[in-house]
Amino acid sequence: MDRRHCLKVLGGAGLASLAGARCADASAGAPSDSVGVLVDLTRCKGCRRCEQVCAHANGLAVPPITSDEKLETKKPTSDKQLTVVNSYQTTKGLVHVKRQCLHCQTPACTSACLTKAMLKTKEGPVVWRASKCMGCRYCMLSCPFDMPKFEYDSPVPRIMKCRMCWERASQNQPPVCVEFCPHDALAFGPREALLETARERIYGAPGEYVTHIFGEREAGGTGFLYLSPVPFEELGFPTQLDEVPVPEHTLGFLSSVPVVDTLWPAFLLGLYLATRRSKSKHSADDNGPSHEA
Amino acid sequence: MTTSLPISDYSPNARGTMRFLLCELRPKGRILTPFNVISVALMLATAVILYFRFTRGIGSVTNLNQEYPWGIWIGFDVVSGVALAGGAYVITFMVYILHLEKYHPIVRVTVLNGFLAYVFYAGALLLDLGRPWNVINPIIGNSFGVSSVLFLVAWHFALYMTALFMEFSPAIAEWLGWRGIHRLLRMLTVGAVILGITLSTLHQAGLGALFLMAKTKIHPLWYSESIPVMFFVSSIFAGLAMVIFEGTISHRVFHHRLSPENARAHDAIVFGLARIAAGVMFVYLFLEIGKFVHGRKWEVFTGGWATWYLVEMLGLVVAPMILLLVGSVKRWGGVVRAAALLTVLGVIVNRLNISVIAFRWFDPNHYVPSWMEVVVTAGVLSAEIWTLRWIILRMPVLGESPAWARHEEEPETHQAGGATRVA
Repeated sequence: MDRRHCLKVLGGAGLASLAGARCADASAGAPSDSVGVLVDLTRCKGCRRCEQVCAHANGLAVPPITSDEKLETKKPTSDKQLTVVNSYQTTKGLVHVKRQCLHCQTPACTSACLTKAMLKTKEGPVVWRASKCMGCRYCMLSCPFDMPKFEYDSPVPRIMKCRMCWERASQNQPPVCVEFCPHDALAFGPREALLETARERIYGAPGEYVTHIFGEREAGGTGFLYLSPVPFEELGFPTQLDEVPVPEHTLGFLSSVPVVDTLWPAFLLGLYLATRRSKSKHSADDNGPSHEA
Repeated sequence: MTTSLPISDYSPNARGTMRFLLCELRPKGRILTPFNVISVALMLATAVILYFRFTRGIGSVTNLNQEYPWGIWIGFDVVSGVALAGGAYVITFMVYILHLEKYHPIVRVTVLNGFLAYVFYAGALLLDLGRPWNVINPIIGNSFGVSSVLFLVAWHFALYMTALFMEFSPAIAEWLGWRGIHRLLRMLTVGAVILGITLSTLHQAGLGALFLMAKTKIHPLWYSESIPVMFFVSSIFAGLAMVIFEGTISHRVFHHRLSPENARAHDAIVFGLARIAAGVMFVYLFLEIGKFVHGRKWEVFTGGWATWYLVEMLGLVVAPMILLLVGSVKRWGGVVRAAALLTVLGVIVNRLNISVIAFRWFDPNHYVPSWMEVVVTAGVLSAEIWTLRWIILRMPVLGESPAWARHEEEPETHQAGGATRVA
């Protein structure tokens, strides 16, 4: 977002400081050296090892992986399972898709959060903080990927989603899913470097991949990036998303707030004084039935 | 009907005040009425449901799920309820800012209705919050999420409730016979009104702006960048229609509390309000058509959703607009009141469409509220009506203020009144 433009408009109204904070917060993307994960769907064998280690690392029930459940498509992540592998029958055979929070560069959830419980860390992962959250679930409503999940069966509910193992990521260690992937389908590193890797793979093996990196631009860019052998529509990705970061949809409204908050009372006061004067002139004509109830 | 004595008949000390308050706490009127029986049953059921909600989680009583995080507790109680409470800022604007004295008799009851609506419906928000003990976080300042539309709405809600309370407080002072405080509170009224209108403008629009980020989840016939503007404009006629509707009921139920002057003025007020509401609805329709054309919505104007959209726009906006206009010109009270009810219904349908019905319209497992969500909503409404009745039966809301308070009017208004009376 052109934060400068926003500041200029509001600066004109003499409200630069107030509005500046709002614009900056709503549109600040992650720093360019933020980390991410590259998911190469041509390499994933659907072993669901990532589901297991993820559950372990987050203290959740470890899903059994012997059943045919993995063949189920469109099984969403939940408050009890933060990453899920779906399988799709495609024109190029079976393709497995690991799903989890995508860690947007300009997340809708952090901009929606009125207590800053959702936070885009400077390292890149988007994390949730229990002590701040009031459980309004506006993050869930805003997220274009429906990733924040809520513990509906708990009197002390948490918002559950992948945190890209932030404690590890902040020490430049990969998340557990990346570390334990036996097929090298996942790669961890600075997002910019991962984009380079992704492009190299696309150009290095013509025909192997579609020439699109999902997450490079979608919703303003995401921390998790996907390479696929088939068009992303076939794999249930939300391809209708535009490239505008979701929070920008509210910027117009938010930047009008300080203007209305300051100019509206002045206008109303003027109107009050103007009509009062005219009324006292014509007070004798006033035949209102009751002015003193 | 037991009539109680005004506070001036009690000894003017703490003990007298205490006895007055104890006397006022007693119920007035018959106890075993159908309304009382049903509403008490609803409130008791609500209490039981809320016990489970707070011990076993929100999922134990609601049909909310990971795809539908907001149900009717938000879509109906908060989003629709606040729009319908818009009458308070519209009427105070007309009376205190534009000095349209004709509408003065309904100011107090409208402000009271607005205040209680905010207390109970915004209060119902606490039931929906998963971690309500953290509700003060955005207020006390350890975690200001200033980029959030909800942050703005929360602050404007809280401040507006204070403004409404200030606007109503002279009635409490009159009830308790606090003359000094009454004088002070009256001086604050215009300030509170200006603050209240400003805050209303933004939080009515803000409730719409909440949904701007759900661009891919709301049916394109209802999603647009101008949702905030549409919410603000529709809150004006929603509030006015609700004033007409509530006035109809309260004038039947509380007939004995009305001053004769108010009863006489009421028809003229209703027709005036109907005309204003119809005018604002015309503006709303104009904006809606512009939105439709510019947004190239013909492309998505297909199937059942297009029909449903037409039901909302033609049946619940155009039709009541025409009825309000014709009814007010021909002075058909019944038509105007029916049209007001239709308008209220239309605004509720619009708010539910955006927040619930057309939300994730593509989902085969669409959210439908559980019976417990409906009961809690009805229970909250019952509690509000009980509070409203308690206050109206005791404080000078529909009737006249005590004589001492009336003599305190602004000098010019007082003179104007004198002239009228002589004439």
